[in-house]
Amino acid sequence: MQPTHNVQRLLDLYRTMSRIRAFETAALTAHKEGVVPGPLHVSIGQEGVAAGVCLNLTTEDRITSNHRGHGHAIAKGAGIQGMMRELFGREGGHCRGKGGSMHIADFSVGMLGANGVVSGGIPIAVGAAQGLKMKRSSAIAVCFFGDGAINRGPFLEGLNWAALYTLPVLFVCEDNGVSAFTATESVTAGPGVIARAESLGVPGVTVDGNDVMAVDEAAARLAAEVRAGKGPRLLHAKTFRITGHTSTDAAAWRDPASVEAAKKRCPIDRLAVLLGERGVAAADLAAVRSAAEAEMAAAVLDAKGAPWPDEAIAYDDVQDVGAVAYAGVSA
Amino acid sequence: MSGQSVTLVEAVRLAALQEMRRDPTVWVMGEDVARGGLYGQYKDFLPEFGEERVVSTPISESTIMGAGLGAALVGTRPIIEMRIFDFVMCAMDELVNQIAKIRYMFGGQAKPSVVVRMPHGIWRNSAAQHSQMLESWFVHLPGVIVVTPSTPADAAGLLVSAIRSDDPVLFFDPKNLFPLTGEVASVIEPIPFGKARLAREGRDLTIVSWSAIMPAVEQAAATLAGEGIAADVIDLRTLWPWDQEAVLASVRKTGRLLVVQEAVSVAGFGAEVVSTVVETLGPARVKAARRLGAPRIPIPFSPPLEDAVKVTPAKIVAAAKAAMG
Ligand SMILES: Cc1ncc(C[n+]2csc(CCOP(=O)(O)OP(=O)(O)O)c2C)c(N)n1
Repeated sequence: MQPTHNVQRLLDLYRTMSRIRAFETAALTAHKEGVVPGPLHVSIGQEGVAAGVCLNLTTEDRITSNHRGHGHAIAKGAGIQGMMRELFGREGGHCRGKGGSMHIADFSVGMLGANGVVSGGIPIAVGAAQGLKMKRSSAIAVCFFGDGAINRGPFLEGLNWAALYTLPVLFVCEDNGVSAFTATESVTAGPGVIARAESLGVPGVTVDGNDVMAVDEAAARLAAEVRAGKGPRLLHAKTFRITGHTSTDAAAWRDPASVEAAKKRCPIDRLAVLLGERGVAAADLAAVRSAAEAEMAAAVLDAKGAPWPDEAIAYDDVQDVGAVAYAGVSA
Repeated sequence: MSGQSVTLVEAVRLAALQEMRRDPTVWVMGEDVARGGLYGQYKDFLPEFGEERVVSTPISESTIMGAGLGAALVGTRPIIEMRIFDFVMCAMDELVNQIAKIRYMFGGQAKPSVVVRMPHGIWRNSAAQHSQMLESWFVHLPGVIVVTPSTPADAAGLLVSAIRSDDPVLFFDPKNLFPLTGEVASVIEPIPFGKARLAREGRDLTIVSWSAIMPAVEQAAATLAGEGIAADVIDLRTLWPWDQEAVLASVRKTGRLLVVQEAVSVAGFGAEVVSTVVETLGPARVKAARRLGAPRIPIPFSPPLEDAVKVTPAKIVAAAKAAMG
């Protein structure tokens, strides 16, 4: 165990993971009630990766994310009310109701956006790193993507580029074993993401993504190397998504035994056991969880009561020159 | 042959099934196709045709597209599944610079017989990266056929033609209409490209449309009929080639044209229809020529914002009345 893993740090991780779980559980329920429109991709079971990585980042560091980005956003410090309102499509959402779950961004905390295009965030993180370097910033860019993303060109092109220009970017592959509905293994040649990264000169490390301490420890080390100007690094975190691809997918295609086994490896429960061993009372942990649940319940209540955006704002933010004006016609 | 009433997604499934049974060189590739495709459009294909002809690919759009072309060059007939239209942008070079050009550039040596399936259109608050209608881009692209059906029977018949075509066919599945039901023959006959369907007959006004917005157009036409305005409603079904004759004949009769598109109106296909009609008939014989489409903004997520962008029956009725002058 890292000396840095004092109880306070572990509790921080526990709180972040609990908040992510509570946010997504509340969002799922609201989606089932029909009040969260559109597709919703949750990351239940994967919280350890977002929490462990982002604990090692500052607000100045930037992240890009994929279609399953709630956890990354929360761990990076995005405002919950703005996130929940965005999911509900209400006024006051981080993206003013224009993006929804798949496109949450909170630039104020360095969250440069979730992305509806698999691999879409990878080149963006590479460019962010290049820009940060150009500005002599000490900040780094971190890019979260799934195992399915490693088969698209932007992954290979992005790593090549980042390595070539020694850019401060940490690539984080959240490997839940599936690409939407297909086992990633069945569509991926060779030994996988680490070998690919290393073939391009990007050192990589594999960790158990459900062991949040291991994620934290590896992320701390890799982020420090990236910050020190050594160039890009890749963190490969093996995890498991307990829920389906989207909220409407009951995941009946999944082997129930593997889901049951994954539930036993839940990163939150595992950390709870460890914290118990380190003398934290069960009641204190329960308090963390219920505080998270209360926070998210309040956010849901707020979002439900929030006004719908005014139709006219659909016309804002398109472009400066040549934008079309809202004509006020609706039917 | 007696038909059956099925959903649009089942109709296109039956069409692909029929063609794969008929021709062993037809096969399908794309993400998740082995488990039936995202919408069930390839349901039960794997057990019948096996892994060689139902190929679940990595998430690799540019290679899916480019490999489809390569496979066509050696005499097979791939159906290239893009999953959702918007991801075709990840394979644009392969589509625009390779598939659309290869026959011409190589002096006719190659006929790239691929069908690229791209479920498109606004889809239940899916926001800007999952709801686009950019069909007009592809009508602008020489070398390809552009198919935009709106009914189960048309989708099935046009898919059969697409699979049999030696030209590359860009097949826009109207994903929001996948649950729509309609009759489909038990043997699906090919529907020729460039032949419109007259969805409703009238004398006062010609309404031209295609794809997912057609039900709204028909609903609007019914409302208009109730108010004494009888519209000819033409579903183009394919945008290249398109049935200029049917549209011109109708406008010769009615003297008034309204083109309705779900897509952004600016530089959309409606502009092509309007200018063709005015150019051919001369301005004096066209009393009105109008377009109705989306404003030039991305598709927003939030329901009221999305509703603001959508072309609705009420907006169509209003535009039709404006065209009546
Ligand atoms: C370029 C592109 N192709 C296809 C899709 C459709 N799609 C959305 S999520 C997904 C699976 C991505 O797998 P992975 O990156 O492993 O993430 P997971 O959903 O498994 O967490 C696919 C294929 C997409 N969004 N973008």
